[in-house]
Amino acid sequence: MAKITFITRDGESKTVEGHSGSVMELAVQNHIQGIDGDCGGVCSCATCHVHLSPEDMEKLGQPSEIEADMLELEDNVSSYSRLSCQLDVSDELDGMTLKVAN
Amino acid sequence: MKKSEFPDAFQKVRETDGVLDIDDQFEKVTMILRHKDVRKCAHYYQSFKSGVQPGRIVVPSEEKIREIRQIPLELDPPLHTQYRSEMEAWFRRPLQEDYELKLTQITSDLVDEILDKAVLEVVEEFALKLQSQALTLLLNVPIEEAEIWISWGTHVFRSEDNPLDAEKAEILYHYIDEQIEKVLHHPGDDLYSVLLRSQFEGRKFTKEEVKGTMILTFAGGRDTIINAVTNIIVYFGDHPESLEKIREDPDIIGKAVEEFIRYFSPLTHLGRVVDVETNVCEYDLHNDDKVSLCWASANRDSNVFKNPNEVILDRKMNPHVGFGFSHHKCLGATHARQLLKILIKVLVEKVHSIQLLESEENIETWGKIKRKVGFHQVNAKFNSIKN
Repeated sequence: MAKITFITRDGESKTVEGHSGSVMELAVQNHIQGIDGDCGGVCSCATCHVHLSPEDMEKLGQPSEIEADMLELEDNVSSYSRLSCQLDVSDELDGMTLKVAN
Repeated sequence: MKKSEFPDAFQKVRETDGVLDIDDQFEKVTMILRHKDVRKCAHYYQSFKSGVQPGRIVVPSEEKIREIRQIPLELDPPLHTQYRSEMEAWFRRPLQEDYELKLTQITSDLVDEILDKAVLEVVEEFALKLQSQALTLLLNVPIEEAEIWISWGTHVFRSEDNPLDAEKAEILYHYIDEQIEKVLHHPGDDLYSVLLRSQFEGRKFTKEEVKGTMILTFAGGRDTIINAVTNIIVYFGDHPESLEKIREDPDIIGKAVEEFIRYFSPLTHLGRVVDVETNVCEYDLHNDDKVSLCWASANRDSNVFKNPNEVILDRKMNPHVGFGFSHHKCLGATHARQLLKILIKVLVEKVHSIQLLESEENIETWGKIKRKVGFHQVNAKFNSIKN
């Protein structure tokens, strides 16, 4: 089980709990504004872009080549950007805060 | 070769040159073929423009037969963004539960009609009907309106032998004019009315702007959806084991839809006009040159996709550009995805197998390249799961 906090572009904070699936799916289920997940998680749409803290980025690691290529052409990309469809909900993410990029 | 096999027509030239020059009514169009280049050109709208003369970014160009601008397709940010933001919420309605239920009912009724019929022509008797009836939901108009659109046939916006037949396009334009006049007097909660109430820079949309948006909605979602629906049915005809696989694991339907969009790429390409001296694949491009972003080629790029010529229903990483890319990604994609998901769901629930009979392929010609994009007709028999 993981408790994850999302902070949307307008500053709203929402903490949700998940057990399985991807972080994008968890966000969509909980109607987190700015996370659409249009492609269902196959890394084709980049509508699930989040920013991690530097510590969490180090913990979870850099994006894969395909994910990095998607992010390269995204608005609001930073060194701490990830696509949340590529992050699995697990104990490792418990307590993390993710900022929605768009 | 199986009917459902769609060869990668661009493979050789993509790998050797990365670009392909074709002629469009005596104008050179440079097709951009590699995934990375296609995405970059789509993203950098400042250098690769959509907001040029109406009709110019379409291939073949419609400049000579169309003066009205398709909105928001034929615009660049920031204008594009302003128009699009007025429409986004409407085009996301397919995610709502009642929309999904109605679309499921439409699809289910149509599949029930064709089950165990002796022989059916899939394009006219199923794909066109499904596309048209589903479009009534997107427009929020009575389902009976679909009868008019179905009566136009599959080639309403162009003759089969002449893609630039202005008279054919007029059928749609007149129809849209009539609908706009109707809702001006009796506004409702349909897309025409919503657009007429929409705002751009502090004023309401003009009739021209509403018409431009409606033309895009009709034209952009017609051949593409008809081809996608037909091709998926042909695929399941050739691959009954895939119907079985999805029946056992329906959770993969979303991934299967993305894979079908990648593999079939219903829209081959879309143009841009160069606004800067630049180069792609060491090929010099000059101001006012026309290029096209070839989604179909990019979707088979082996530098990005493992086994690109195979349909892998549960492909996990699938950064396809079948719905375009970046600012101009398809506005109707939410509707298309929902429709195809529901179609597959209903097929696996009701259909045991699909027997494919005679068919005629729809082959596009782009310079020296011939690309199969779908079918003019496919005869088939659908066998019910109940038998």
